[in-house]
Amino acid sequence: MIGPIFLVEAAVNGVLLGGVLALLALGLNLIFGVVDIIWIAYVDLVMLGMYAVYFLVTAAGWPVWLAGLGGIGLVALLGVLVHLLIIAPILDTAPLNQLLATGGLLFFLQSLATFLWTTDHRSLRLALPVLEVGGLFVSLARLIAFAVALVALLGLYLFLTRTYMGTAMRAVAQDREAMTLMGASPARVYLVTSAIGGAMAGLASPLLLIQYSVHPHFGAQFGPLTFMICVLGGLGDMIGAFVASFIMSEIISLGGVLLSTEMGYVIAFAVFIVLIFARPGGILIRRE
Amino acid sequence: MRRTVALGLLTALGAAPWVPMGGMRQYVLHVLIQILIWSLIGTAWSLMGRFGLVSLGHGAFLGVGAYTTTLLWNFWGLPPWIGCLAAVAFAVLLAVAIGYPCFRFRVVGHYFALATLALGEVIRLLIIAERSWTGGSLGLTLRPAGPASSLIALQFRDKRVFYFGALTLWLLGLAVWTRVDRGVARPALEAIGEDETAAASVGIPVTRCKLGITVLSAALTAVGGVAYAQYISYVNPETLAGIDVSLRIVFAAVLGGMFSLLGPTVGSALTISLAELLRVAFGLRLIGMAETIYGLLLILFIIFLPAGICGGAGRAFERRGPRPAAATATRRS
Repeated sequence: MIGPIFLVEAAVNGVLLGGVLALLALGLNLIFGVVDIIWIAYVDLVMLGMYAVYFLVTAAGWPVWLAGLGGIGLVALLGVLVHLLIIAPILDTAPLNQLLATGGLLFFLQSLATFLWTTDHRSLRLALPVLEVGGLFVSLARLIAFAVALVALLGLYLFLTRTYMGTAMRAVAQDREAMTLMGASPARVYLVTSAIGGAMAGLASPLLLIQYSVHPHFGAQFGPLTFMICVLGGLGDMIGAFVASFIMSEIISLGGVLLSTEMGYVIAFAVFIVLIFARPGGILIRRE
Repeated sequence: MRRTVALGLLTALGAAPWVPMGGMRQYVLHVLIQILIWSLIGTAWSLMGRFGLVSLGHGAFLGVGAYTTTLLWNFWGLPPWIGCLAAVAFAVLLAVAIGYPCFRFRVVGHYFALATLALGEVIRLLIIAERSWTGGSLGLTLRPAGPASSLIALQFRDKRVFYFGALTLWLLGLAVWTRVDRGVARPALEAIGEDETAAASVGIPVTRCKLGITVLSAALTAVGGVAYAQYISYVNPETLAGIDVSLRIVFAAVLGGMFSLLGPTVGSALTISLAELLRVAFGLRLIGMAETIYGLLLILFIIFLPAGICGGAGRAFERRGPRPAAATATRRS
């Protein structure tokens, strides 16, 4: 029998994981909402960012925070490149083609990482302390990741609501046609969106690297989960995705402790399928 | 004219095992069998795909098919002839379980793609989680049968038997595709693909039509899974379920052209030969390089051949600009 203290611990860990998942889900959701494309290879960009941070710290000797900033810049640049090189040329073709083009990118990035850095698991081995709060053990790395993710999400929220560009992005997401009728070109908005989506993946890279080791198939670990969260929250719905991140992370964390890691994911996906039926437009959208 | 070409092609395919190829015969046959099996699976996928029902979870049906017969044979000695029926039955059940609620509640477009993607992952993870009897990520080897019972167990030493088996199944797949293409359901399904609400308003039973084609596609895919498991005599969750294989199926179908009879076959032949060519070219040197080039070529193909090789009819599924009407309806409902 598993003691209640472990369950509480798992629940706390679930909340902490939820923060980073929300970062990933909102980055992907932003791109979906604005450009109307699902980047299947989104978490594989995170994987590249993790390698970048890893090598900046271990080979170049940068401090972790600086390497993290480097990771953000690099993945933001990658986001722009993905948009310019892959998405922009096929913006007018069938949605399935756009989805598949980023699917090809997934194969490409995974095998490129295997080719360049082999399948070894690499971790920073920071050995951050584990805090004890009233009998609960909470890893400082997770706490830091959670806090940084929340601050970043707040920043994104302010950007979307308080700046001109953010408002333009929300406008495109709401009604693409009206936007063009107003004489505004969505091209620049798409580019900025891809950069911001990339930057969020970039920020997730150091936050994940202080908790997990990186390997070429890291994307497979979090990718499907991120898509589920986006759909669960309602594609393009930011607050929905935020709430969905915590639902999924709790299920995975508790299921992992009670059953097994895989069963945690299986239950999460099963819940996802059930919730899709109950709320096809996202968990926060009521059926009329 | 068409008939002559078809007959010529069939004769060539039928005579292929006897063409003198020296020491290459086994290898060429091996590649051909794989192409035929994956063409069957791609054709099965395109049954739905051509009507705008984009499934990213066909790995689920494939995995269920392959694992059902393998497990039934390994544990209870049930021959794959019967196991195949069970495999198809399970795949159909699974298709109804995901399809009925999706279609009933109008889960379409991106939502449907991602819901099926989740299904593929669930099956993959379930196989891994139940490692005590499925072998987990290590996979499972088909229990070898004695030479006396090779026909019952569908295990043959001679690759030619598998070749003709795969050829038959592939022709079966094409026959099913043609039947659907000429059947009464096709215009209904096309109407649904264009606009669900309009289709329903003229009396088309939307849910039943979509469910029917999904079940058919899932059943054929499961047959493909059984064929693959019998031929390779080894099943593994990574190669038979999950995102990776599901995406590969869709790639082959779209590259070939998902609106024509031989599109998925051409696509499968292309992707499999490409993968084989790169694998042979690089061998054990530069591990990962072959797949890197493969991924890059896939991206280039999608960018420069958006309608597929046998395409042309890239008409359906073009929904850029304004959000698809059906998806907006989902959101509101």
